[in-house]
Amino acid sequence: MSITSSDLIYSSPLIAIVVFALLTLIVEALGKDKPILSYWMSLVGVTTSLVLSFIHLDSGVPVFGEMLFQGGFAGYCNIIFLTSALLTILLAKGYLARMEAHRGEFYILILFATSGMMLMAGALNLITVFLGIELMSVSLYILAGFMRKKERSNESALKYFLLGAFATGFLLYGIALIYGISGTTNLLLIHESYAVHIKNPIFLIGGGLMLIALAFKASAVPFHMWAPDVYEGAPTPVAGFMSTAAKAAAFATFILIFNRIFSISGTSLSQVIAFIAAASMILGNVTAIAQTSIKRMLAYSSIAHAGYMLSGVAAANNEGETGVLFYLLAYTFMNVGAFGIVSWVERKDDKNLTLEDYAGLGARQPVVAALMAIFMFSLAGIPPFAGFFGKYYVFLAAVKADMTWLAIVGVLTSLISAYYYLRLVVLMYFREGDADIDKPVPVTALVAVAAAALLVLALGVFPSLVVDMTRGFFKI
Amino acid sequence: MVFEHILSITIFFPLLGVLALFLVNKENAPLIKLIGLLTSALTFVISLILYFRFDAAGSGFQFREYAVWVKSLNIGYYVGIDGMSLLLIVLTTFLTPIALLGTWNSIEHKLRGYTIMVLLLEVGMVGVFASLDLFLFYMFWEAMLIPMYFIIGIWGGQNRIYAAIKFFLFTLFGSLLMLVAILALGYFASTLPDGYFTTNLVQLYAVGPRMALTLQSWLFLAFALSFAIKVPLFPFHTWLPDAHVQAPTAGSVLLAGVLLKMGTYGLIRFCLPLFPHAALKFVPLLGILAVIGIIYGALVAMVQTDLKKLVAYSSVSHLGFVVLGIFAMTEEGIQGAIIQMVNHGLSTGALFLIVGMIYDRAHTRTISDFGGVAKVMPVYATFFLIVSLSSIGIPGLNGFVGEFLILLGSFKSTVLASPAYAVLASSGVILAAVYLLWAYQRMMFGKVREDGLYGGHKLTDINGREIVSLALLVVFIVWIGVYPGTFLSKSAPMARQLVQGMEGIRQGVMIRTTENRDAQSSLPR
Repeated sequence: MSITSSDLIYSSPLIAIVVFALLTLIVEALGKDKPILSYWMSLVGVTTSLVLSFIHLDSGVPVFGEMLFQGGFAGYCNIIFLTSALLTILLAKGYLARMEAHRGEFYILILFATSGMMLMAGALNLITVFLGIELMSVSLYILAGFMRKKERSNESALKYFLLGAFATGFLLYGIALIYGISGTTNLLLIHESYAVHIKNPIFLIGGGLMLIALAFKASAVPFHMWAPDVYEGAPTPVAGFMSTAAKAAAFATFILIFNRIFSISGTSLSQVIAFIAAASMILGNVTAIAQTSIKRMLAYSSIAHAGYMLSGVAAANNEGETGVLFYLLAYTFMNVGAFGIVSWVERKDDKNLTLEDYAGLGARQPVVAALMAIFMFSLAGIPPFAGFFGKYYVFLAAVKADMTWLAIVGVLTSLISAYYYLRLVVLMYFREGDADIDKPVPVTALVAVAAAALLVLALGVFPSLVVDMTRGFFKI
Repeated sequence: MVFEHILSITIFFPLLGVLALFLVNKENAPLIKLIGLLTSALTFVISLILYFRFDAAGSGFQFREYAVWVKSLNIGYYVGIDGMSLLLIVLTTFLTPIALLGTWNSIEHKLRGYTIMVLLLEVGMVGVFASLDLFLFYMFWEAMLIPMYFIIGIWGGQNRIYAAIKFFLFTLFGSLLMLVAILALGYFASTLPDGYFTTNLVQLYAVGPRMALTLQSWLFLAFALSFAIKVPLFPFHTWLPDAHVQAPTAGSVLLAGVLLKMGTYGLIRFCLPLFPHAALKFVPLLGILAVIGIIYGALVAMVQTDLKKLVAYSSVSHLGFVVLGIFAMTEEGIQGAIIQMVNHGLSTGALFLIVGMIYDRAHTRTISDFGGVAKVMPVYATFFLIVSLSSIGIPGLNGFVGEFLILLGSFKSTVLASPAYAVLASSGVILAAVYLLWAYQRMMFGKVREDGLYGGHKLTDINGREIVSLALLVVFIVWIGVYPGTFLSKSAPMARQLVQGMEGIRQGVMIRTTENRDAQSSLPR
């Protein structure tokens, strides 16, 4: 198999991010205590890759002998991962400096995690899927434990690693079974013979095992247990990164495997995913009400949002796919933004992390509180913010797939979610308190979060900017 | 060019004020008030262009504007108005500046945020009445919750947080089920031959009646629940007294004056024409709930000790009339319901202003804290009397016209098929006289307090600004009372068309109305 120039051109976003990751690694190893250099290099790397992703967005082609598929769907997903990485890097610099943990490895790990995600979204072979998941997960295990002197952070990393290792086992076993039946790991070939193999129970079990692994990565019920503990212990910007980019990567693979390669519409797999979706929406939202820590609340909220997106996957129609793709982008902006604000309010030694610590923020930090309010309203799915349109689309998909019950569960749990999202707004604006930010927020971070909020509004009012584009990605 | 987009300009004009307010120093109270008043007054002037250019004889929706919004889901920015929406839009743009003017000095902190919220609320309210696309409608309907939530939660009374959350969650509950119903309706459209998913109301008018009765019934109930909570219809009214009592005066004025109308507007605009068979099936249910609301609201109002709560419960009673008129499905009933929405906006808006004015002075609203106020505040007492009489429904003032038409319509109605509804409902008129005049008597007449202090404060009569805001309302209270034809003529064609359509459904014949023909000819796919 020879590498052609078109392989290199179309996979340039992926190549760019890996090259910059390696370069930064070398620079970091040579130089001492210069995290700022890694910061700038990673920013340049992410931006370059982002620009290249935009350039190749239209052209969807298989590359490297059908190991990868670049452009189109993969390009769109790359944009989500890279935006999330960009925002996380911008937020992390100030945060890490304040927490006295500013080291260059952080940025390198973010770049590697991102390249893993990009492999997942662009995979056209089960081996590539596995490679991507591992690259992403290993980087995230380390990132979760980045505050190595803090017990919580270590606990977070260990939990994530142990449970994640199990999930990897499930994934590999599933891949093995599917390979055993179909005789190939090439997804296009599996797709061709899918109709025959799906009648084989072993193939089905293989699909089920992959479903478990992906549900774990997406933090869907009943594989969600790790999320609250890990998000709570991980550095706050990392929690934001995990809940958006890593989740998006899991969903990209979900769509790839279950909507495009398998056509699960009307099958028992679709029913199983629908139940996982409903359980995630109910459990995530109900449990979130009882949380006093804002990071745990956002963790449960993230479980619930996995449920909303899974409704789109379960519906397994074009609307579902477009809905999930839109939802992922919207969710990335609002959740990275929300975690960003949490990271500003947070103080050293895990102080200022309860909901009560936000009482009166609106009076003292009007801009920050207003941004947070926008993210909360959007997460609750109130128009005119993007979160609403995401929900509209996935519920539409569910209704269209004759799963109206799923849409009804979805709207009723949205009502529950409105309660706890609004509680934060209540605390910030309606209550007296002395919530404040101890150090002024770095301008770059503030601009980044404000831009995210603006995009949440823009995508809410003009969803067609994205939706009409993603409709073109249907077929591989 | 300008006139082509006059409706959109009306909807979004207040946003200019919002932008301007962002540029103003937040300590500069006089300028903030001026911008708020000027913007809302200009919006009213613009909406008058709509009023005068509206062709009362024409049928269907006028001032239509269509733009593709989300192509893949056939969502359009589609607005247009008929007589009913026209009246309600003008009511909204009229009440907003009056609410701001009437509560000029009531808000002392975070004035800029408050004015921004009121203007955003106005955008949402006008947008709801102008939307001809269910998606667009839903956007405005829900987005409006946010400013109202802040108005109650930040500038409200003692128990404001509870009231704000209750208001938000109650309304959201209804809306979310309506959202599923909207999706199901659009999906049904796509299952028809040559059909596609759409939320275009005018197209859906032709689609809805083709649904099987069971599906229609479910969707009707989902829509009706959402609207019944907003109206609020008994037994979904419990959020209203909390929200009203806690909201600041301008919030109450807009809440009672406009927000509640959205529920009854929705029943007429969506529930009847989209699900006619189901609507006919559920007439007894809605009729009975309306009558219970009329009597229950009035009885509870009677025993209130807090004047604001009394007015709040009187709303439950008055809007029961509107719902009864709607489900009478006669021309008189629908026309009465529409004009009664306007009337209620004017009189209850005025009543809340009146409550706010005395509260600003005495810092209490408890009826028994007052007595003999008429001697201290004669001008105030006069306005209070006129507005009370209007709310009771004395001939010559606006309330009479609406209630009379509604009662007449429900007597004649073959859909309600029993005079019992009208007979029971008319007791609401008597009860209204009891609770309002009794409260008036206890507060305004009797002996003046010996120390001249009410709630520890000395009362002064209302000033010129307050007189102007009330007088503007009274002008229309009298106008509608004496010559309602000015306004009734605007909504007559749509009421007639709606009633004919419903009659056609009853006879089992689909009457192809003008709207249906429009749907097939004039709309871009």
